[in-house]
Amino acid sequence: MIEQSLHALWQGFGVAVEPHNLLWVLFGVFVGNLIGVLPGMGPLSAISILLPLTYAMAPVPAILMLAGIFYGSQYGGAIGAILLNLPCHPPHAVTCLDGYPLTQQGKGGTALGVTMIASFFAASVGIVVMIFASPLLVQIAFKFGPAELFSIMLLGLIAGGTMSSGAPVKGVAMAVVGMLLGVVGTDPNTGASRFTYGMTTLADGVQLVALALGLFGVTEFLRNVNRLKVTGNATIGMRDMLPTGAELKRAFWPIVRGTSIGTLFGAMPGTGPTITTFIAYAFEKRIAKNPAAFGRGEIAGVAAPEAASHSKTQVDFIPTMSLGIPGDPVMALLLGALLIHGIQPGPALITQHADIFWGLIASFWIGNVLLVLLNVPLIGLWVKVLQVPYRYLYPAALFFIAVGVYSTNNSLFEVSEVLVFGVMGAVFVALKFPVAPILLGYVLGPLVEENFRRAMFLSQGDPIVLVQHPISAAFLGVSALLIGVQVYVAFRGLRASAAVSPT
Amino acid sequence: MQARPFLTEANRDYYAGALMLAIGAATVWQGAGYRFGSLTRMGPGFFPVALGALLAVLGIAIAIGAVRKRNAVDALDAAPAEWRAWACILIGVGSFVVLGKYGGLLPATFAIVFISALGDRDNTPRSAFVLAVAMCAVCVVVFWWLLQIRLPLVGWG
Repeated sequence: MIEQSLHALWQGFGVAVEPHNLLWVLFGVFVGNLIGVLPGMGPLSAISILLPLTYAMAPVPAILMLAGIFYGSQYGGAIGAILLNLPCHPPHAVTCLDGYPLTQQGKGGTALGVTMIASFFAASVGIVVMIFASPLLVQIAFKFGPAELFSIMLLGLIAGGTMSSGAPVKGVAMAVVGMLLGVVGTDPNTGASRFTYGMTTLADGVQLVALALGLFGVTEFLRNVNRLKVTGNATIGMRDMLPTGAELKRAFWPIVRGTSIGTLFGAMPGTGPTITTFIAYAFEKRIAKNPAAFGRGEIAGVAAPEAASHSKTQVDFIPTMSLGIPGDPVMALLLGALLIHGIQPGPALITQHADIFWGLIASFWIGNVLLVLLNVPLIGLWVKVLQVPYRYLYPAALFFIAVGVYSTNNSLFEVSEVLVFGVMGAVFVALKFPVAPILLGYVLGPLVEENFRRAMFLSQGDPIVLVQHPISAAFLGVSALLIGVQVYVAFRGLRASAAVSPT
Repeated sequence: MQARPFLTEANRDYYAGALMLAIGAATVWQGAGYRFGSLTRMGPGFFPVALGALLAVLGIAIAIGAVRKRNAVDALDAAPAEWRAWACILIGVGSFVVLGKYGGLLPATFAIVFISALGDRDNTPRSAFVLAVAMCAVCVVVFWWLLQIRLPLVGWG
């Protein structure tokens, strides 16, 4: 079987290096990197802004380009975090802790170099894991019935809600809000209109692009306007990026450990990238001989979380592609993009659209190589881009959002959807809700409903079927455990605070 | 000199819980109008009503969680409200929708960039104007000429 996948992988490389595909990967990586570097823009906004551009393209180059955008923006985000102390994408928040002090000491270039090496190493490991694990998972996935699919999605939603940043209950509430947004439109089973309020434009449901750009575009601008001050004036040349042998040696084991943590967490559905990087950082600090050095410019504090984030996102593609269950909001967005292109990710994908699946894997690796090749000579450009004033950035970005959403379906109504979701997101953010689980809920919601209906139909309305199937029961058990732990922690907190403050 | 903000650490979760409770209750109310069906043959109302009820329960849980924060330090939110900037961004996007329908792509582009740029305190009307004209040029070249967007440059209806 492994021989078979290696053979398929070879063909995948054939797909990925076709000149026009390669060109799109390069374009995606470059533009993704550019947008990722811009202050206040992360992978989610980069992908959603460029998603409408892919509608006219064939599915294979489109998805290769989107994956390229994703990587590019991840690399780009690290640049902003290290040089300007700006975590544009939450997982990079940890990178700031040690990356920015390194910049202040004049070693920003080295930090970037180590980040690049760490990311490349971690992504390569993640890709290898993906090559071997995906076919295995597919074999299991073919045995999945509606009950198993329902349970694993439930687990993904609960994990995605509880493990996002902020209070777990609030994360779960946001996932439910997302599922409700997914309900809007025509019910596929009965044809009844739900929550459309008589608007025919809502019959097809809420548009993914409008939702994503509202929540991660407009909301971010509303939150950052007049508040995000870009300061700092770093100049970095190519030569500064080469770490010394001693620095590399010091970063080596943190990179390996970060990669392992990322791989482990990537295999669990729903655990966000932010929590992964925090754990990788905390782990490094725990086992370090000199924990006090962390937070003051310790190279391990940059290498480990960046490695973890890259291997995690890579491994995250496994459940997304082979089960059709996205592990985090970025994956949910990519899954939505695949659906728009008429490709249903799932066990059938690898057999029916082998060119896409293996081409994607091959392009991952090519994309990562391209990133390293791009980033070293272009670092000077990225540093300049970083200093684009926010007052020019956000009006221009708003325009790109509006035009992008319009061109999705040639509908101005969807532009007004963006406005509504932007305001909604801003209210949620002001109330300290994590908005990312909304997207997860939106994409998974219809699938959850569909599979629950099917499972109940097959069992003739007997919910016991969900625990009779062993795989399904295991997923439900883990879900229950997650909830139990959270409830326990919450109650302990309640009692503790009551004891401390008897007033 | 700064007014007490509307949201504080102490009351934020009350509002958050109340909002979730309200959304959940509204969903149940609305979903009750759809056929509920049975477990075996679920109607269109089953799933939304179940989700709405769950959301309402979560809202109550969030509000209960707020009780333990009541004694927390009542830290003022550092960032003041940016009503002008918020209004500019929202009006900007709104005017794109309206002008896109009744004026064409070019006026819509100018409006969204110009109006939203005015929201930033560091932008003068002049710099916002220059930025808007520049974006109009980008729009004509990239979206109208290269990507052939289906919206007339200038036109009514």
